[in-house]
Amino acid sequence: MVESKQQWKAWLYLSPAIVLLLIFTVWPIINTVAMAFMEDYSGLAKIGGDTAFRFGIGNFAKVVQNADFQQALINTVLLCVISVPISTILALLIAVALHAIKPLQKALQTIFFLPYVTNSIAIGMVFAAMFNVIGSVGTRRPLISSYGIVNDIIRFFGGNWVNWINSGSEHWANMFVLITYIVWNALPFKILILLGGLTGINKQYYEAAKVDSTPRWRVLTRITVPLLSPMLAYVVITGFIGGFKEYTSIVGIFGESMGPVHAKGSMNTMVGLIYDSLASNNQGRASAAALILFGIILVVTLINLWVSKKHVHY
Amino acid sequence: MNIVLQNLTKIFPSRNKKSGEEVVAVNNFNFEIPDGKLIGLLGPSGCGKSTTLYMISGLQKPTSGRIFFGDDDVTEMSTENRGIGLVFQNYALYPHLTVKQNILFPLQNLRGKDKMDKNAMLDRAYEAAKLVQIEQLLDRKPSELSGGQQQRVAIARALVKMPKVLLLDEPLSNLDARLRLQTREEIRRIQKETGITTVFVTHDQEEAMSISDMIVVMKAGIVQQIGKPQDVYDDPANLFVAKFLGTPPINVFSGRVQEGHLYIGEDRIIDVKGVPDQEVVAGIRPEGFVLSDGGPLTCAPVNVEVMGRDVSVVSTHPASLNPLVRSIINADNRIELGDSPVRYAIKPRKLFIFKKETGERINFEVK
Repeated sequence: MVESKQQWKAWLYLSPAIVLLLIFTVWPIINTVAMAFMEDYSGLAKIGGDTAFRFGIGNFAKVVQNADFQQALINTVLLCVISVPISTILALLIAVALHAIKPLQKALQTIFFLPYVTNSIAIGMVFAAMFNVIGSVGTRRPLISSYGIVNDIIRFFGGNWVNWINSGSEHWANMFVLITYIVWNALPFKILILLGGLTGINKQYYEAAKVDSTPRWRVLTRITVPLLSPMLAYVVITGFIGGFKEYTSIVGIFGESMGPVHAKGSMNTMVGLIYDSLASNNQGRASAAALILFGIILVVTLINLWVSKKHVHY
Repeated sequence: MNIVLQNLTKIFPSRNKKSGEEVVAVNNFNFEIPDGKLIGLLGPSGCGKSTTLYMISGLQKPTSGRIFFGDDDVTEMSTENRGIGLVFQNYALYPHLTVKQNILFPLQNLRGKDKMDKNAMLDRAYEAAKLVQIEQLLDRKPSELSGGQQQRVAIARALVKMPKVLLLDEPLSNLDARLRLQTREEIRRIQKETGITTVFVTHDQEEAMSISDMIVVMKAGIVQQIGKPQDVYDDPANLFVAKFLGTPPINVFSGRVQEGHLYIGEDRIIDVKGVPDQEVVAGIRPEGFVLSDGGPLTCAPVNVEVMGRDVSVVSTHPASLNPLVRSIINADNRIELGDSPVRYAIKPRKLFIFKKETGERINFEVK
């Protein structure tokens, strides 16, 4: 057969990608699974000649029982559950508004897309600066040289300034800053996808809605959102996956301490935990944590798909 | 409710700023659409018929001129408040809603004193569905319907809120020939049953002629003629209208008027008293030919097309402006074509003459 004669060519053309995938994706995955099930696996110990790691689920047990893990899991879930809906709804409203205007549309699109091409650590540092209070906070007579832009605004409207991220700040304030940052950072990609979806909707549906005297909010909820549902589902699913992998944003705002000075690690996330385990030469535990994260993302994505199957049209 | 179009004009600014050429899509359209009638806007593509329809709907704003619904000036009124039903060329059914939800949609938008309760809405939706005979399809999605069914749903959706005016944009263009025939009868029936003033746009003259109470023939934004289909056919205002209406189309010849006689080539066809001598274009409807041994028009035969009821004789004539001259002869006459020329007598009421330069009709007295 002609096809089988040609087959070696197909494999040849595919081989660069396959080889790279095997080396850098498949092998590490197998390795991760293997390491996760080796009791107290450590790369250093292995180099030292200790090669007989027993098979077991001790790594998982240690990860799950670790108080840091529970904190990290709660942080991660909170970040996802709050930031994904907010950013999706905001992105939808902004995309609809952008789609509706004619003048400056391109310019505004560019502005809204800027965060996407900006380094997230840099954005994090800018956000940190906006919320940072410079001076001696927490002493009996605080001496403060700058409250940060956000506090300046609050004070301008007569409010009390808030210790957002500095020493002595509360957990909810940290969370607020982080979620603001994550939402803002997530907007451009979502807006882009939704705007693309909006341009794909036949204009006649809107003309038909106009002929039928449809109120604006109803056009949005009954026509735009359903017709955009495939894109919305995509944006929500990728949002959750990205959210569960949240790490750089915390580094961007709090630095490697993963929390304000007085409570290091309090804002840690799942990925942060994996890094920590690697840093302390506990590759076995890191692998176990990675597998747990994988499991969580899988389950959440399956739930997302199940929900979207009911509500996504087409 | 009657609709009055007064000096209605729509000018589209030019796309290309350098050339600066504006497009006059509709030029000074004046017409009073009588209450409860079915009006066909007819013309080739780009003639401004759809633009006119969309201006009546309010989806497009006229550059100048006014539109009245009854006594109300609606020129500045937005589409939402005009109370019209519009069927789009591609139907624009909401793809994510079932047929029932699609039909209910306009009713659910009603606010204030018009607000209806659920049962009343359902009753109305069923009524509309029944009118267009789609009761058994209510739970389907538009993608599960054929073109003709979608078309009916679109009409039901437009009718369900009992609009004062129903507008249809090329409603039959997406249907196959058979369905088109059936659906146009359907539109006629529904329009008669509801008595809603209806305007529909088409480029198909047969479609417009067959169901309209009145037709408006347009060309390049300018109204050519308005009238009852038969009147426009029998009495075209100019060469364009004469050519546009009728299948097979009218046969046109270059001719001349000399001393009160019309000549086509060297053949002296009929007397046209009172018409000054000039070059003209003569148009003869296919049914205006009568086979006659002593007839004045002599053509070279090509072949005979049998259509059952009628026979179409295809021939050529040196003065013909079309490659072929097509006549329709009653099939009672068995026609055997030899090589000898066919000779026709011409029914004078089926012959029109037009000015050569402008295409304007020249009237003459028919004895």
